Amino acid sequence: MLQDFLNSAPIPLLSALATLVMLLDAMKRDGARIVFGFSVFSLTAAMAAAIYTMFLPDKTTAFNNMITCGGYGAYFDIVFCLGGVLTLLAARPFLLASNTEHGEFYSLILFSICGMFLIAHSNNLLTLFIGIEVMSVSFYILSGYLRTSRFSIEASLKYFLLGAFITGFLVYGMALIYGSAGALGYNEIYQAVQGETGARFPMILLLGMGLLIIGLSFKSAIFPFHQWAPDVYQGAPTIVTAFMSTAGKAAAFSAFIPILAVLTPESSSPVAAKIGMLLAVLSAATMLVGNISAVVQKNIKRMLAYSSVAHAGYMMMGLAAGSVRGASGIVFYVTAYMFMQIGAFILISALERGSEERYQNLEDYAGLAKKHPVMAALMSVFMLSLTGIPPFAGFFGKYYLFTAAIESGYTWLTIIAVISSVISVYFYIGLIVAMYFRESDVQEQDSRPGLAGISLVISAAGVIILGVIPQFIDKIAKSLF
Amino acid sequence: MNLQSVPLEYYLTLSAILFVIGAVGVLTRRNAIIIFMSIELMLNAVNLTLVAFSQFFGDPGGQIFVFFVMAVAAAEAAVGLAIVLALFRNKQTVYVDEVNIMKW
Repeated sequence: MLQDFLNSAPIPLLSALATLVMLLDAMKRDGARIVFGFSVFSLTAAMAAAIYTMFLPDKTTAFNNMITCGGYGAYFDIVFCLGGVLTLLAARPFLLASNTEHGEFYSLILFSICGMFLIAHSNNLLTLFIGIEVMSVSFYILSGYLRTSRFSIEASLKYFLLGAFITGFLVYGMALIYGSAGALGYNEIYQAVQGETGARFPMILLLGMGLLIIGLSFKSAIFPFHQWAPDVYQGAPTIVTAFMSTAGKAAAFSAFIPILAVLTPESSSPVAAKIGMLLAVLSAATMLVGNISAVVQKNIKRMLAYSSVAHAGYMMMGLAAGSVRGASGIVFYVTAYMFMQIGAFILISALERGSEERYQNLEDYAGLAKKHPVMAALMSVFMLSLTGIPPFAGFFGKYYLFTAAIESGYTWLTIIAVISSVISVYFYIGLIVAMYFRESDVQEQDSRPGLAGISLVISAAGVIILGVIPQFIDKIAKSLF
Repeated sequence: MNLQSVPLEYYLTLSAILFVIGAVGVLTRRNAIIIFMSIELMLNAVNLTLVAFSQFFGDPGGQIFVFFVMAVAAAEAAVGLAIVLALFRNKQTVYVDEVNIMKW
């Protein structure tokens, strides 16, 4: 029992600390500063625990095979904690500027990370379901955090109604898989799907797989279940968008990889080939829809939201490939994407300084290089990385995924991915052009990013380091499978 | 009456019908609270499926799953009604077609 707790240290540790953060907030009036400090400490502690469990000698499971320990899950834990710390550091100046700093913001971020931990570690459909719900319910609240803002509350309502609707499909899919395999654990399902007799009701199994894929596609904003993403990402407080669009997406993919490995055990079987083709088509449609819609956007958060849909499409290529290279490519891409997307959104939140009107439209960014040269330079780094230009992280992320897709025989998918990357140049580079080569007559007082500056520097450093020495993370990613 | 005498298919069909009624309700209704009720109907349809399978296999896993689904549904209800309340304070409406400031 104690061994189970030690092997899965980050999950119980962060759950306990997050609860403590909530209690601390309830006990101390006006103690938001202490709550903030304690939240950052909790995440750092959880990250340390995750690093400790990552180097456990052998991969085990804990609590009667409910969760896996170390390796894959621990790597994702580190990514989530990193995203959480970057968000928290930038959140304090953002919330202070809009005069809405309450301790519950920090505890909600921690609770959503607890949910993500469970998702990444899940070895049972029940754990997966609870993880997804803990994460989603926290996100519903966070996206409506500025409850007097029309945008925020509309985003929250849309996210909640659609999210709860899709939860119905997700859990129906799980119920049907349970009905077909006769068990909820991944190991038992794997054996039932693989066994000579096969699953008891093959039709029900297929239906269940379809519904489960729909549910997870919604959480990672894959076409045709991406409609919520632009509205929610635009309306939610920018700092929340930064967190949802990176860590939330990473969590959805961390669930996708093992569940597909369980449900399609032999990659040569006809069902596996059909699922692979389905994922490839979804991936192609997602990148095209995301990038083409982003071209016509005027609002920067909406543009980045569509671009995040497109990036989900790139990551889906790794799932379609269905190989170790594909999976490790997703792991690398998730890490790279975490730095570049969170950096871009944090930069917007730092420029906004608590107003919902400032720096919302693309034309507001004209002449930014003169007003805030450092901000403009950092934004350029993130945009170039999102485009996939070397030597930044985005380039190698795409490189690994594209080669994985070609190796699995999806050359056409890679061609579509390259075409849609070319389309994306228009709006990413367009922003850089606006910042450097256009003039604006609006005068601005200078903005002090404060703690957000630390997040920005870490994100930019991450983007550059991952771009210069990608082998390091790539080697770790490959060792996870 | 012995429950075992009712075949599994009957439970599955009933829950599928309930699920579809819920889904159609979500797609056609415009009142946020009625949409939410329809979602609850969908979740309860799933619970019925789980319990039916659980009974069929003689495996308690499905019934435990149902407990968690109910707990999650309760948590979602709390959050969802709070969101609808915040919306009403803002805009004096609970009709989702009147909530559309963000469009492209």
